[in-house]
Amino acid sequence: MEHSVVSATKFNAWFGDNHAVKDVSIRIDKNQVIAVMGPSGCGKTTFLRCINRMHELIPGTRTEGSLKLYDDEIYTMNPIYVRYKIGMVFQRPNPFPNLSIYDNVIAGYKLNGLKMTKADMNAIVEKSLTSAALWNEVKDSLHKKGTFLSGGQQQRLCIARAIAMEPEVILFDEPTSALDPISTSSIETLFHELKANYTLIIVTHNMQQAARVSDKTAFFYLGELVEFDNTKQMFTAPKDVRTQNYITGRFS
Amino acid sequence: MKWETVFKRLLIAMSVALVIIVAGILITLIVQSMPSIKSLGLGYLWGKVWDPVQNIYGAYPFLLGTLLTSFTALIISIPFSYAIAIYLGEYNTRGWLSDLLKNTVELIAAVPSVIYGFWGLFVLVPIVRSLEMKIGVAPYGVGVFTSSLVLAVMIIPYAASLGTSLIRMVPSPLKEGAYALGATRFEVIRSVILPYTRSGLFAGILLSVGRALGETMAVAMLIGNTTTLGNTFKEIFFGPGNTMASVIASQFTEADHTVYLSALIELGLVLFFVTVIINLIGKRIITKYTNN
Amino acid sequence: MEARIRIRNTKSVVFKWIIILLAFMITIPLIVILVYIIKQGVMQVNWHFLTNVPAPVGEPGGGISNALVGSIIIVAMSSMIAIPIGMLAGIYLSENPGTRLAHYSGLCVDILQGVPSIVVGIVVYFWVVKPLGTFSAISGSIALAMMMMPIVIRSTEQTVKLLPDTLKEAALSLGVPYHRVILKVIIPCGFSGILSGIMLSVARIVGETAPLLFTAFGNPYLSTSITKPMQSLPLLIFNYATSPYDDWHNLAWGASFMLLMLVLILNISTKLVTRKWNIQL
Repeated sequence: MEHSVVSATKFNAWFGDNHAVKDVSIRIDKNQVIAVMGPSGCGKTTFLRCINRMHELIPGTRTEGSLKLYDDEIYTMNPIYVRYKIGMVFQRPNPFPNLSIYDNVIAGYKLNGLKMTKADMNAIVEKSLTSAALWNEVKDSLHKKGTFLSGGQQQRLCIARAIAMEPEVILFDEPTSALDPISTSSIETLFHELKANYTLIIVTHNMQQAARVSDKTAFFYLGELVEFDNTKQMFTAPKDVRTQNYITGRFS
Repeated sequence: MKWETVFKRLLIAMSVALVIIVAGILITLIVQSMPSIKSLGLGYLWGKVWDPVQNIYGAYPFLLGTLLTSFTALIISIPFSYAIAIYLGEYNTRGWLSDLLKNTVELIAAVPSVIYGFWGLFVLVPIVRSLEMKIGVAPYGVGVFTSSLVLAVMIIPYAASLGTSLIRMVPSPLKEGAYALGATRFEVIRSVILPYTRSGLFAGILLSVGRALGETMAVAMLIGNTTTLGNTFKEIFFGPGNTMASVIASQFTEADHTVYLSALIELGLVLFFVTVIINLIGKRIITKYTNN
Repeated sequence: MEARIRIRNTKSVVFKWIIILLAFMITIPLIVILVYIIKQGVMQVNWHFLTNVPAPVGEPGGGISNALVGSIIIVAMSSMIAIPIGMLAGIYLSENPGTRLAHYSGLCVDILQGVPSIVVGIVVYFWVVKPLGTFSAISGSIALAMMMMPIVIRSTEQTVKLLPDTLKEAALSLGVPYHRVILKVIIPCGFSGILSGIMLSVARIVGETAPLLFTAFGNPYLSTSITKPMQSLPLLIFNYATSPYDDWHNLAWGASFMLLMLVLILNISTKLVTRKWNIQL
């Protein structure tokens, strides 16, 4: 059995009285792209946000069960440390408006007060922007504010910002739903390149996207993890009738 | 049909009335300051002697008094206003405890100025007096320092409630971006929330200053009401003085000749301009903010 | 790395507690002042206190009936002036937002709101007191009305703006003339919002002293004539508190207690009314 990067065992999450994630158990392996799908309100985004402990920022929430990063329980680690190791890219690109592109990429380090030499910072910025396939487009305007970039470029900037921290896992919360088709496809290409160094968990509403980019897919319904399998298998011969219904469009 | 036009005209007339009122205020102030402006000229503004008996009028002591009280009050109030704004805007936006704080702040703003003055006169002044004896200045008790203390409390609500609204308006995605990078709450406040609300918080300061400048009663009761200036900073700060507003309040009804009265009104004119400009700038910044 | 994170976390917690401490310190002056005023003032209040005018210096007893009656009369008159003008102007501003008049008028509302209260007093002195040749209650009311108006205008404007357009359109499409739409449909629907603005403006002026210093001026006797000087609670407090007589200080404490209770009641009632409408003033 391979050593899983993220593993959940009977994991539960609540919004007040609303039991949003029910007894989810899953093992996610290194250097894979995992798509997480399901109809609105099925708990997929909530589960994602539990992995990097963003869920608890909302008052009235709680969790139960085991959620591990390698062998460490995520909920006993320091949340700041968890977020170092597990980065996140959001649905709407959210670069910091008052910072330049350069400062945005390095923001994770700056915000946390880490002191580095100029040379180190330059290296990190260049490496991250290159990995995010944005370097060539912005290398001459690093000190301009990021707001003049297009939506797709801004999202790649946010990806670069997350990569700069060299996390183990990167979580994506519907990362291309606010983007046009061309930007979407360039980011999907990026997923393929990123998985060599990172493990990607992507919540998506878009089944075709899940089919295109992921190695495995998890299907959530009403808070439960219904099925988790190789993507090809899931989409051609799903094992659960609920998965079958979702894929054939009975409900979405 | 006829009533409709009457009504519509009435609506217009009321709005025009507003413009007339404000224009009227300005005109009255200017016209009534004329005798003083004509005979004293611009030197009035930096004249240091105010002696009605000899018909000498210099506004400098009151300009200084106003500046000292307002800015001291501002500096004292800022940490508290900001703390309230950050607490209510970020740490605790709802629930019984935040309601309690919010209501307390609103009540502070609701207490009439004359009651602050009265209380200050009987409770704060003796305390300040013994403090002054300890540090070796003349123990008046009343003075610039005492008024600044009470003024500080009175202006806290303005910047605090404005600040609270502004901080609540910081978009969640921005804060979440910082949290997801591993920032602590303090770091998110310092590097996302405060920069984002910077100019709005500044507008809050302007509005607090505008309020402080026009405050009359509590200051009039606590500032000691003199028209002479001390010699050292310590004397001026801990000793009695006057602000533009408080000297008008205390001397207006005693002003028996034209230039005297007119000199007081000229102070009112200056006060009018300064407060109006500060308030308008502050409001402009805020509307730009809330439309963004 | 772990050590660094621990330090940063500690910083964050320390900061939080500093903020909480500073924020809640504002309760101290409020409690201190309220307790002191209540303690000093509640002993003064009795039937005699409420129904008699102040005694001359040296004689014990006396009350604040002239100030109580005076405050009520002056505030009532101010409201009668400010409410109609304020509501109508507020309606104009919300119904005609793009016009030049709305722009300048709105600017004047903002200016008026910022004018120091003592300046308003000066101006009304020249407008009313000098021509009439005497201090008067009506001049005081005019001054206070000028301070009430911006609040009434802005709250009316915001309340009406918040009402859905469909409401007005529905009424107009039934063939109802414009003035009836406003008076019979819009205003009743926005009633609690407008009312809370009015209550807020009353709460604001009930404690105002400066505008009355040279308009209503004050009166040691109970007077109900609006063209004569009149006493009001804040004026009495100011004059008697700054006097050298203990008897008068006591009267001032009692009056402060009454004024404080009045202001508190008004503010609490306003909150209950505002609960429905979230008016930003």
